[in-house]
Amino acid sequence: MVQYARSGFDASFAALSDATRRGVLEQLGRADASITDLAEKFHMTLTGMKKHVGVLEQARLVTTEKVGRVRTCKLGLRRLEEEAAWLENYRQLWDARFDELDQVVEDLKRKEKLDGRKKRE
Amino acid sequence: MTNRTTVERKSEREIVVTRTFNGPARIVFEAWTKPELLKRWWVPKSLGMSFLSCEADVRTGGTYRFVFGHAASEQPMAFFGRYLEVTPHSRLVWTNDESDGGAVTTVTFEDRGGKTLLVFHELYPTKEALDANAGMENGMAETFAQLDELLVALGASAGGS
Repeated sequence: MVQYARSGFDASFAALSDATRRGVLEQLGRADASITDLAEKFHMTLTGMKKHVGVLEQARLVTTEKVGRVRTCKLGLRRLEEEAAWLENYRQLWDARFDELDQVVEDLKRKEKLDGRKKRE
Repeated sequence: MTNRTTVERKSEREIVVTRTFNGPARIVFEAWTKPELLKRWWVPKSLGMSFLSCEADVRTGGTYRFVFGHAASEQPMAFFGRYLEVTPHSRLVWTNDESDGGAVTTVTFEDRGGKTLLVFHELYPTKEALDANAGMENGMAETFAQLDELLVALGASAGGS
């Protein structure tokens, strides 16, 4: 169970840490595409692109479907569909970040006050 | 009183975050431009990640490189780019070059009677780039939160046996 969760987590981290794969997600955000289309678009061999799509598929960021001889890729279930939820997540990230920045600002103000006092002495 | 962070999707390609800080622009600007200070707040604890390295040569034309890691992954993640404009105490503009659809980020600092109104603005080349890239840290935060919850749940059930 732990093993399963870990590998799922590692898969999404690995999937998002590669620029080509982020490019593929961006591309699929515009329209579904075949692996051949994607390979051409990113100047890559079919085998290379298959590997990238495989990583994205494992992370459930992309799903693929074979119709006839063509494998079509589309964005997967993990995609945040709702803009409101997406924006709220984004806000929470910045809110957490800025709460910590508040702390740094307080520290700097305190330090400046102390330094000012020293200079006057 | 807690300070409010607001987020607005200004257009298909733009996202704007605002917040007021209890200190003069001079001090808030310092916290954005000294790597040792940036390091203390850029990766909030709730994100579950930490800095592996934080380099920032904050002057017009200078570059930055942030590398993050997470305890549960061996794969680090790098964010990097170049400062297009650095105007002391009032304005920072930088590029995000870690992916093709990276935004140009502009941060302005406005003195408001001892406080600072901060506006963080990201402009993406396309709507799709915003959707794909701005969500990246989001997506990670979510993944980590889920992982943490799971580990807590697993720890609790293991402790009970």
